[in-house]
Amino acid sequence: MTNTSDTWLLKVEGLTKIYGEPNENSVRLTGPLFGSNICPETDCIVACADINLELFPGEVLGVVGESGSGKSTVVRLLYFDLESTAGVAYFSRYGNGTLNILNESGQKKRYMRNHLMGMVYQNPKDGLNFRFSSGGNIAEKLLMAGNFNVGRIRERATELLEQTEVPVRRLDDSPASFSGGMQQRVQISKAIANNPPLLFLDEVTTGLDVSVQAKVLDMIRTLQQELGIAMIVVSHDLSVIRMLTDRTLVMKNGRIVEQGLTDQILQDPQHPYTQLLVSSLL
Amino acid sequence: MPPILDVRQYTKRFDMHVLNGKRIHALSNVSFSLEPGELVGLVGTSGSGKSTLMKSIYRTYLATSGAILYQSLRYGPIDLVRATDHQIIALRRDEITYCSQFLSVIPRVPAVDVVAESLFRQGIDRDRGQQQSRDYLDRLGLPQELWDAYPSTFSGGEQQRINVARAIIARPRLLLIDEPTASLDQRTKDVVIDMIVALKAGGTSVLCISHDRYTLDRLADRRIELQDGHVVAASEPVS
Repeated sequence: MTNTSDTWLLKVEGLTKIYGEPNENSVRLTGPLFGSNICPETDCIVACADINLELFPGEVLGVVGESGSGKSTVVRLLYFDLESTAGVAYFSRYGNGTLNILNESGQKKRYMRNHLMGMVYQNPKDGLNFRFSSGGNIAEKLLMAGNFNVGRIRERATELLEQTEVPVRRLDDSPASFSGGMQQRVQISKAIANNPPLLFLDEVTTGLDVSVQAKVLDMIRTLQQELGIAMIVVSHDLSVIRMLTDRTLVMKNGRIVEQGLTDQILQDPQHPYTQLLVSSLL
Repeated sequence: MPPILDVRQYTKRFDMHVLNGKRIHALSNVSFSLEPGELVGLVGTSGSGKSTLMKSIYRTYLATSGAILYQSLRYGPIDLVRATDHQIIALRRDEITYCSQFLSVIPRVPAVDVVAESLFRQGIDRDRGQQQSRDYLDRLGLPQELWDAYPSTFSGGEQQRINVARAIIARPRLLLIDEPTASLDQRTKDVVIDMIVALKAGGTSVLCISHDRYTLDRLADRRIELQDGHVVAASEPVS
C-alpha cells in the first residue's frame, strides 16, 4: 500500500491450467455459467482459465472465492509450483518485463523464486523443512540466493525472527516443535528473507485461532507497510481480504467473475455470486 | 477556479441479485458542486441517500450513471466514476479521505497506530507518525493510558475521536466526513469542530454529513438537502 506507481510489477494474461485432456470446447463449456470446472465432453478439469491481472509495486491484491474456485492454482502457477497450460506472465523485475516468465527454463524460474519472490503456504509443512531448525530454514533461502557468509546469515535470521515476533532463543529449534502461529511466522520470515518485491500468501491464517490469526495479519500489514512488498493474498475469508488488500479478484469455477477496489467488492458487489458471498459474511 | 468537486446527474441504483433482482433507487440525478476550501453540509433524514452519495464519491459504490469531476493535484480534472482502480487508490492515499460514521477497527493495532496509518502509508517513518498521532490524541482529550491500547474495547465516544483524528491527520485535500460529532460531549465536539476549521483554513475542501445543527452552524458555508435520493434544497453561501 506504500508506493503504488503507475507501471505494473506483474502482468498476467490468459493464464490457464487444465488437468487431463481438454478438447476445443473445454474452456467454453466450463466456468460460473455452468457451475462447474469439469468439461462435460472430456472430463478434464479446468482449474483456472482466462485469468488476467495486473499487480502494481507495493500493492496488495486479494483473491477470494470458495474451495475449488482456482484461487490457489493461480498463485501456484505464478510461483512455478505448477506448470501452466496456457497464458503469459510478465514480471517487471525480470528481463525488464519483456519475457514470459512462465516459459523460462527451470533454472531461471529457480532464480526468480530465490531472489525475487516469496511464498507462504497454508500448511507450514509445504514451506518449511521440519528437519532443519527455524534458523536453518531461513538460512536455506539465503544460501539459495547466494549469501554464503555464515555470520551474516545468522544475523539476518535473528533479525527476521525478531521482526516476526518469534522468540530468538528458539532459532536452533525445529519448527516441528512450534505452535501453528509460530510456524506460520517462521514461514513468513523465510519468505521475506531476501526482501523480495513480490510475495504470495495462500490462506495463511486458515486453521489458526482468532487471536493468533489477528497477530499474523497485523504482522503482515506492518511488514507490508515497512517494506513495501507487493502481495497477492489468497483467502476464502472476506475479513482477511478486507484487512489486508486494496483490490480484490473474486473467483468462481476457475474464472474471475468480478474485480474491483476491496471496499467496493464488499459493499457494492455486482456479480450475483459476489453478492451471495458477501451476504453470507458473518 | 473550477469547483474541486462537481457531481453531475449522478444516479445510483442497487440491483440485489440475492433478493430476486430487487432494485433500490438510492440516488437520482444528483448534481451539486463543492468549491475549493469550502465546507458543504449534507443534510436530510435517515435513508435520504447522504451516506450513499459520500460512498459514491469515494468510489466504494459504483455509479449507475452520471459523472463526478474532481480537480486532482496528481491527475488534473478526473472523473471519479471512470477513474481506474489504481488512480482511485493513489487519490485515496494522497488526496481524498473518507471518514465513516463508525470506526472500523483493525484487531490488535494500538490506537496510536490506527490514527497514524495514513501517514505510514504516505511513507512517513514510524516515530514521526506516532508523535503526530499522540499530539492529536492529546488534543482530543483521549486519556494517555489508552494510546497504546486496542480501540475495539473503547467506548463509542473514544472510538469516534480516534476515527476523526485518523481522517484528518494527513491533511487531505478533500475530506468526506460522516457525522464527525455524533456521540461526543460538548467540549470534545468543540475540539473536533476547531480541528476541522483549522483543516479548512489550510485549504481542505470538506463535505460533511451531520444531523447536529450546532456543528453545521459552526462549520458549514452552505447546506445541501437530500430527500429520497434527490437534491431538494441547496442554500446560498453565507458570506
